[in-house]
Amino acid sequence: MSGAGATLLAAHDLRREYHMGEELVHAVRGVSFQVARGDYVAIVGPSGCGKSTLLNLLGGIDRPTAGTVTIGGTRLDQMGDAELTRFRLRHIGFVFQRFYLMPALTAIENVELPMAEARVPREQRVRRARELLAYVGLGERHGHRPAQLSGGEQQRVAIARALANEPQLLVADEPTGELDAKTGTEMIELIARVNRDGTTIVVVTHDEELARAARRVVHMRDGVIVGDGRQDVP
Amino acid sequence: MLFHLAWATLTRHRSRTLLAILGVAVSAAMLLDMVMLSSGMRVSLRNLLLSRGFQLRLAPKGTLPFDTDATIPNASNVIRVLRTISDVAAISPVLGGQLHVTVAGRTITATALGVVPAVQGDYEVTQGRTPSAPNELVASDDFLRASGAMIGDTLSAATGYDPQLRSFTGRRTLVLVGRAHFLYMPAEMRAVALPLATLQEMRGGEARDRASLFMIRARAGADVADVLRRIQAALPSVTAVSTETAMRQVDQRLSYFRQLAFILGAVSLAVGFLLVTTLVTVSVNERLGEIVVMRAIGVARNRVVLQIVMEGVAIMFVGALAGLALGLVTARYLNSILASFPGLPAAIDFFLFEPRDAWGALGLLTVAGILAGIYPSWRGASLPIAVTLREEAVG
Repeated sequence: MSGAGATLLAAHDLRREYHMGEELVHAVRGVSFQVARGDYVAIVGPSGCGKSTLLNLLGGIDRPTAGTVTIGGTRLDQMGDAELTRFRLRHIGFVFQRFYLMPALTAIENVELPMAEARVPREQRVRRARELLAYVGLGERHGHRPAQLSGGEQQRVAIARALANEPQLLVADEPTGELDAKTGTEMIELIARVNRDGTTIVVVTHDEELARAARRVVHMRDGVIVGDGRQDVP
Repeated sequence: MLFHLAWATLTRHRSRTLLAILGVAVSAAMLLDMVMLSSGMRVSLRNLLLSRGFQLRLAPKGTLPFDTDATIPNASNVIRVLRTISDVAAISPVLGGQLHVTVAGRTITATALGVVPAVQGDYEVTQGRTPSAPNELVASDDFLRASGAMIGDTLSAATGYDPQLRSFTGRRTLVLVGRAHFLYMPAEMRAVALPLATLQEMRGGEARDRASLFMIRARAGADVADVLRRIQAALPSVTAVSTETAMRQVDQRLSYFRQLAFILGAVSLAVGFLLVTTLVTVSVNERLGEIVVMRAIGVARNRVVLQIVMEGVAIMFVGALAGLALGLVTARYLNSILASFPGLPAAIDFFLFEPRDAWGALGLLTVAGILAGIYPSWRGASLPIAVTLREEAVG
């Protein structure tokens, strides 16, 4: 699957304000946009423009001050905490700049974690975790703990973990931010492959190479979208 | 998986976990010792008092048995009155005193009990036999060791010493017929027992027809409290106490002991609780990023709390188990020190292990472990995900 289809994610007049000391910060100021199923969107912009805040709102790990977020027809902004947690578990995969693997668990156990939470039977989740690690190129490293893996390998495990419950949407915040250029390029290729294999991706990045790999690039400045365009993917 | 994660987290920080377990173990040992101390003396004294089946005791008015040197006059009359009470099955009068025994030119002084050998409840013969003639006696290990006397030896004994005449009074030749374990005597005490009449006779006028104590066994199935009331009515000139009454009086005397044990036990429980709370708090603060990422990827808040609480409970539980073993060892050691308190029966244990108390202490510690883990884990699992991730990224 490579083309964009029906709308998967829709944000309408999304706003996020928070206090930083005495000051009220308007991190996102009335953003509306849609992401088609199967699309690959990169959100770019200068530091502090609100792109990570927007990504957090889209991924359901932050709540908007106003506006709506809908994924697959389900309103995230109206959900309670427990319901939203279950929704993230089943429908959204997360990749963070700092990987955030569980250091006490091995690579395969890290990938198993969301599946265990989703009550996937052990045998089934071990099989899928192995497949996912093979998919991200770490088939032989499943027994290693994060401390025994390089940054690139840890991020691959994080991607495998994000894909564990076959999410509709994968959100990634600066996934190449902690990687060197070569490893970053490999990561970009992996993310593109994940998208080609059918997962909708929204990524926030400063990395121009990563942004070039996306089908659509959304530019943000001062909490609003100032540009939104499609591009040819190599 | 969460249990596995909790276990993996604990084993990842082995030294810290081990130190925490040791801390909890010390706290648990102290708690167990205090629990054992709070009931040990009482229970072992009760067991001792009931060990020979005598539920009632008569002592001189206003005293507890052997609390003073006072004696009950007209002992034979007391026995006669007691025999008129239908539910009295056995009466064992006891007279206390001292016996000076000269062996090979050396004089050994021993505590002497005058008893009726057929019904006595003060000693158990471990070798030889109980006295059956007026001039026979049994003696404790310590007496035999000190005197060098052996079963079958004839001993020259006296109950008093006149310093003006520089000679013994109440002299009698007695035959040693047995080695005995004296139930109510302190350890390493030289003790002998001989027929009551013989001791009364040796002590002369001061002890004629007197007894220090009467131990009374009620008939099986009889209401002991009712028998006690009837004895009190029939013999108003003596103090009659049942084991339960004696225990109440002992309870009053031991109340400071129990309060001390309670306070120290509570302190040790609090120390264990604070130790685990501190450890879990430190652990949570170190792992805020991990915790909020778990929440982000869809692990429910209560499951995150459960995982962290399990870490606290595991430390508390393993520490408590180790503490039980440590507590038993220290209790045994402390008991050996306290048992040498002068005047205490050797059978009295200050620290008495009772499985129910041990499980109670273990349960308390486990509950403390759960409570200790709940607040820091709930706080960690309730942090706003996005804000915490941003703060973690900033460092």
